[in-house]
Amino acid sequence: MASTSGGEVTIRDLSKSFTLGGRPLAVLRALNLDIRSGECLVIVGASGSGKTTLLRILAGLEAADSGGVAIDGSPVHGVGAERAVIFQEPRLLPWLTVLGNVAFGLEVRGMPKAEAEDKARFYTALVGLAEFSDAYPRQLSGGMAQRVGIARALTVQPEILLLDEPLGALDAMTKIGMQEELARIWSEENVTMVMVTHDLEEAIYLADRVLILPREKGGTARLVEVELPRPRDRSESRFVRYREELLREFGLH
Amino acid sequence: MSLQHIEQRVTIPAHGGGTSLGADFPRLASRAVVRFLSRYGILIAFLATWQVSSSAGWVNAAVLPPIDTIVTALWNGLAGGTLLGDIAISLQRAGLAFAAAVAVAIPLGLFMGQVRAVETALDPILQVFRQTSALALYPVFILLLGLGEASKVFVIFWATLFPLLLNTISGVKQVDPKLLEMARVYGATRLTAFRRVVLPGAVPSIFVGLRLSATTALLLLIASEMIGANKGIGFQVMNAQYNFQIPLMFAAIVILAGLGLIANQALVSLQRRLCRWSSPID
Ligand SMILES: Nc1ncnc2c1ncn2[C@@H]1O[C@H](COP(=O)(O)OP(=O)(O)O)[C@@H](O)[C@H]1O
Ligand SMILES: [Mg+2]
Repeated sequence: MASTSGGEVTIRDLSKSFTLGGRPLAVLRALNLDIRSGECLVIVGASGSGKTTLLRILAGLEAADSGGVAIDGSPVHGVGAERAVIFQEPRLLPWLTVLGNVAFGLEVRGMPKAEAEDKARFYTALVGLAEFSDAYPRQLSGGMAQRVGIARALTVQPEILLLDEPLGALDAMTKIGMQEELARIWSEENVTMVMVTHDLEEAIYLADRVLILPREKGGTARLVEVELPRPRDRSESRFVRYREELLREFGLH
Repeated sequence: MSLQHIEQRVTIPAHGGGTSLGADFPRLASRAVVRFLSRYGILIAFLATWQVSSSAGWVNAAVLPPIDTIVTALWNGLAGGTLLGDIAISLQRAGLAFAAAVAVAIPLGLFMGQVRAVETALDPILQVFRQTSALALYPVFILLLGLGEASKVFVIFWATLFPLLLNTISGVKQVDPKLLEMARVYGATRLTAFRRVVLPGAVPSIFVGLRLSATTALLLLIASEMIGANKGIGFQVMNAQYNFQIPLMFAAIVILAGLGLIANQALVSLQRRLCRWSSPID
């Protein structure tokens, strides 16, 4: 459904630091990365390694100190219609129904309500919530709420989908189901997906490539290409070997 | 229509094999009675005790007249039209003041909640005004505006303004910044974010303010009508007491209670319609 080309991200010499307690804290240092159109890039790294910061810069919610990001050749300044973000919390508007929330992005962008809701109906069904169209967020489980957030992002048909630990708050069973759903959506929607997670298995299940942000400041980011056929099988020996390789990268194995 | 309805209900046991309609009906009826009594039982007992102790002479019936005398006085006052004029003028005073408070407090509160600089600048004076009892200021308003309608409406307006203003401000400030950020990601302008996120998010808190203000409006109405008025429900309470028309005094008090209940109920049902999304109210 989404655009057939585009969604290519170029990151050049990207640096970002914060001042924390009066002292500068370098979070990202001269990061270089090319994200291919239509690929699924998963970012992992220790807590505080700058995963969220990187994603927020890609989203245009945060500005880089130096260096920058370009999408299909044009530099990023602020948010843009070709990108959508899925946060760890669903961030639904409690006064809108499921359908109203899914249509929200399109309505904000000026599409008439009826037309927006027509499109929203398609994506509400895509995430399996057709029967819950008229429910309010307080009536949903955590997994269902997050699916509404995903549908809302898909409805604006972005070229790039940015996800910051979207399944981090879900229980283990729901999470596996949602990972399968994300894999299916990604393959159907032909969208570039950049996703942060702290779950290595999730990373291997979904990623074309895994970006590992360094633990020590001054270390370098690493990329691991996951060459497994899809749909992936978590119990397969090569899947397990990738897991061991990532654990080694973290110095935990 | 009703026959059809019964037929449908009769067929239910055939499918489910559960209780029959005959066994169902007394159970449902008794449940309704229990629910009614658990809600209104104490009120009914209170009124009954009043009626009995007054007509049996356990309390001074001149001070606490039996309920039926009060109801008669109420009926005569309404049917004869004497109380209707009082109700009209009281509603006009409270209504004008309440409407003015709404017109000032809600826009001002929405603005103050959004713009930090405005709130910072206005907060100290607001706190001082809020802590100063409107009743204490009534003499000042009388000096400024005279003893007529203007000072009465103004003192009610003054007292109702602050609960509404403060609740509107806090409603705006309570809106989750994460929701605003979400709207921004979809390209919402400041105005769109205000209309689609801030405003609906502040509505429940605004209603808390509206209900507080409505209660305050009636309170101040009575107080203002007890000083220098010759019409109005508050005046009737004082005047009837002065002339020792005790049943009429209670009739006026009953009307006041009724006005308060109606105002609150109107706001609650409006709130129910506007805030269906939030957890059930009360
Ligand atoms: N707005 C901010 N102000 C100051 N420090 C921040 C801010 N955002 C993030 N940081 C700091 O930057 C570092 C990286 O944060 P983050 O990108 O959230 O890490 P991660 O998502 O990988 O856990 C952390 O040490 C955090 O404290
Ligand atoms: Mg994070």
